Amino acid sequence: MRKFTWDQAFGWLGLALLAVGTYMGLFVAPPERYMGEVQRIMYVHVPCAWVGMVCYTFAFVMAIVSLWTHRPRHDAMVTGAIEVGIVLNALLLIQGSIWARATWGVWWDWDVRLTTSLVMLLLFAGVLALRSFVDDHSRRATWTAVTTIVAFIDVPLVYFCVRWWRSLHQVQSSPETVDPLMVLPLRLNAFAILFIAIWMMARRTRLEMARFRQEHVDEPARLEPAGGVQNV
Amino acid sequence: MRLLAQALTVVRKDLLLEWRGRSRIISVLLFGVVTLLLFSFAVGPDSIALRASAAGFLVLALLLSSTLGLSESFRLEQEQRAVEGLLLLPVDPIALYYGKAMSNTLFLMLLAPILTPVALVLYAVEIDPMRLLVLLGLWAIAAAGLSAPGTLYAAMTSRLQSQDVLLPLLLFPLVVPVLLGAVKAVALILTGDPMEQIRSWTILLVSFAVIYWSICGLLFPHAIEEGL
Repeated sequence: MRKFTWDQAFGWLGLALLAVGTYMGLFVAPPERYMGEVQRIMYVHVPCAWVGMVCYTFAFVMAIVSLWTHRPRHDAMVTGAIEVGIVLNALLLIQGSIWARATWGVWWDWDVRLTTSLVMLLLFAGVLALRSFVDDHSRRATWTAVTTIVAFIDVPLVYFCVRWWRSLHQVQSSPETVDPLMVLPLRLNAFAILFIAIWMMARRTRLEMARFRQEHVDEPARLEPAGGVQNV
Repeated sequence: MRLLAQALTVVRKDLLLEWRGRSRIISVLLFGVVTLLLFSFAVGPDSIALRASAAGFLVLALLLSSTLGLSESFRLEQEQRAVEGLLLLPVDPIALYYGKAMSNTLFLMLLAPILTPVALVLYAVEIDPMRLLVLLGLWAIAAAGLSAPGTLYAAMTSRLQSQDVLLPLLLFPLVVPVLLGAVKAVALILTGDPMEQIRSWTILLVSFAVIYWSICGLLFPHAIEEGL
């Protein structure tokens, strides 16, 4: 029987919350006055954006810690957070495109928010690409941390660009100006995706640690003819 | 002051090597001219369309040539493990970084005085000499913004066999703000700036250059800690 780990609790809780939040977003929350039913994509689109940025921020913090400590676990956490951040970032762009097609009439617009979000995805994908080309673990961990810190420059830009520049994308809303029936499913899904992201990050971190151990494992044990098992 | 003196020594060494060889600057410039030519082939012999896209084509040609120049800058250091000799010298890694970044900035600045007149001729754009000087000054700021992360990433990727793929992959998304700022500002110089917007694009370029020079300078010692 497989051992139950703490992160699985986050995964199951996240999936349950996602089911409730999505049901409320689809069937309980009222449609938006101008956009109508298509606005309901917000209940997954906005949480993906929030949690994606949380993942990148966590990767940034762990990258600083990794440069400081040089511990493989911290490097594994950086990688796990970037991988999950990239998945959420890709989902964000796909959902945004679907919404844009229905609302703006185009799949893509060179708007500052859309462009910086795409750049964010490419920046962190570049970090993983660099990582895959470096064999030495210590160098790989340092370079991953360095490129993660540099790539993080884009994350505040993504968040604040709609306030700093003229943008087609709407600025952040305040819960006071939104119907409470819309706020609740949005919050439920935000926590749901956060919990699922924690679950996935923990799994990816564990996988990365397993890879590290595999790379650094001693030569396989060899059966000696007379004296049992001996490590060489 | 000691840091600055060390950085200037690195700049002097790089410029001396470049002057004695001269192969890097010539090949990179030729590459830039070929790129400008290819852009005009892509659009066709439509002088209005070429003129409208001139700023974008010029900055892209400068960016692509710069990437080639940056990747070459550390390849030289890898030959006969010269970089190990550099690291053994009593030079602060931060001074080493700023020295390399400064020499790379100077190298990239040299591209514009050659490629801009070629672009102006090919794309049938006419500007007065004063505006040409402003354009070169603006490219100097953009070159600083490109060379700071470019030097850091070139230092890292020069050890890898896939440098030609990895350096643009890491650098291009990062320098999108510099590219955007440079394209907009150059377009305003070429076509006129009645609303005086060039100031805001210059501020954007300067801001990103300052951010990149500070962060990359702080991170470079960590990047070379593992041995280039």
